[in-house]
Amino acid sequence: MIAHQLSIFAENKPGKLAAVTSVLAKAKVSIRATTIATTDTFGVINLIVDDPTAAQAALTKAGMMVKLRPVLAILIDDKPGGLDRLTQLLFKEGVNVNNAYGFVLESREKAVFVVDVDQMEKAEKLVEKNGFRTLDTDALSTIEPFHYMKY
Amino acid sequence: MYWEKELETMNREQLATLQLERLQETTRRAVQSYYYGKAFTDAGLHPKDIRTLDDIRRIPFTTKDDLRENWPYGFLAVSKDELIRMHSSSGTTGRATVIFHTKKDVDAWTNLVARSMYMAGLRKSDVFQNMMTYGLFTGGLGFHYGAERVGALTIPAGAGNSKRQIQLMRDFDTTAIHIIPSYALHLYTVFEELGLKPQKDTKVRMAFIGAEPHSEKMRKRIEEFYGFRAFNSYGLSEMNGPGVAFECPEQNGMHIWEDNFIVEIIDPVTLQPVPDGREGELVMTTLLREGMPVLRYRTKDLTRILPGECPCGRTHRRIERITGRTDDMMILKGVNIFPIQIEKKLMEIPGVGRNFVILLEREGFNDLMHIKVEVEREFFNGELRHLEALRRRIVEELKSDILITPKVDLVEPDSLPKTEGKAVRVIDNREK
Repeated sequence: MIAHQLSIFAENKPGKLAAVTSVLAKAKVSIRATTIATTDTFGVINLIVDDPTAAQAALTKAGMMVKLRPVLAILIDDKPGGLDRLTQLLFKEGVNVNNAYGFVLESREKAVFVVDVDQMEKAEKLVEKNGFRTLDTDALSTIEPFHYMKY
Repeated sequence: MYWEKELETMNREQLATLQLERLQETTRRAVQSYYYGKAFTDAGLHPKDIRTLDDIRRIPFTTKDDLRENWPYGFLAVSKDELIRMHSSSGTTGRATVIFHTKKDVDAWTNLVARSMYMAGLRKSDVFQNMMTYGLFTGGLGFHYGAERVGALTIPAGAGNSKRQIQLMRDFDTTAIHIIPSYALHLYTVFEELGLKPQKDTKVRMAFIGAEPHSEKMRKRIEEFYGFRAFNSYGLSEMNGPGVAFECPEQNGMHIWEDNFIVEIIDPVTLQPVPDGREGELVMTTLLREGMPVLRYRTKDLTRILPGECPCGRTHRRIERITGRTDDMMILKGVNIFPIQIEKKLMEIPGVGRNFVILLEREGFNDLMHIKVEVEREFFNGELRHLEALRRRIVEELKSDILITPKVDLVEPDSLPKTEGKAVRVIDNREK
């Protein structure tokens, strides 16, 4: 399944991240995970949120440049070797990762690893065939509170 | 102390007589060209109508656009066989302005540069290191020929490569240099890095600076750092290049060689002459050009004639350092750049949004062009590397076009101040 990440263009200066979170707070959007990639003067804020479409609409209305990007949200074991099993698989199959980050779902049990790859569908089939679960936007938005979930 | 005493100190009346003779000769030659032949016919003017110096005002102005539109040979007053050299103004895009010289033209130009350098104090015994770009740019070859004419040992070092410049200065006991002011300041930091002091470790005693606007403060700073005297100069390729106006040892204004040029200062709006002392646009007419005479050329440079006589004894009037431009041309590291060139290039690149702004900054001792470019909303796909690729492409394309490597930042769409009417897209933050 394919999930969606919000990517927001931002100049690298104080207040930019605060402007984003302020809009999302007002729109009552919950943030699951964030990463920021920057060059010297500009960057991209990546967010996994519970309602990407509403978030995109609110941010666009606030004048920001926002894109919904398809990503794979892959469920992994939150224990030593959990992430390694996945990355070894991607490496073996020659899947190049452009961006990745993770967050814990249930401490010492489950975590989500979000990857942005070139061949999305191929990678999706590959990980699922090898016993990984991928979450879509709906699944991501219902995983709260985390400890209720038992996958 | 004078290169050509008689000409340099000629009294104003004699000078006026000489100018009129040469103007009449120049107009007769100029109408041989396609452009002036037509311009005179259109104006109902004949070279015979030029009876006094004031009659020059009957001749229509010539602009850079005229030179461009009649590229490449529309201004030639002689057969192409007579030409021995061409130069082109720096940094222009598309049709550059091209100037052609006959053997006599190069000779007269060389003489003017030699006269200028000799006036500032260059002698046969000097070792002259020319740190300017050679090539189409007139600053390199112009000074090179002039220094050789004076008889100085001339080192054609060219631009850049600071460590080699310093090595050459030390190995061959360079006594005079020709350098862009911002580069002089940069070179000083290289001296420091090497643990050297120009005053102690070199024999340089004088510098010719020019090819980019600089303040008196900047000159003073260069002089203090190096412990030599730095002489300001003015030139433009349309009027040969270097050797148009030059400082004498008084360092108070630049003598503009009136036996070779007729100088007018006009109000850029009314196009009427302004009195000496009042600022206006410099308009120049060549008086000795054979291959490509240029009449009443609007330089777009703003300056004024300094009233009064110069203690050095030369009668040719002095202009103040250039205070600005009547158009939006920028001069950076000796390269002339128009904002329209940047706009044209930017708008060709997919992903570039509607607006941009050019900031001119001085970082340390280096002039820097910093361009903020809005990204097109549709271009953004969420990936940083996609944006970075766009940024790099903008840098590369501009670099190949304007010869300066700009610093480029991408900004959000509609985030730059909107410009209404005449776009003000250049902000010059360089210290004046």
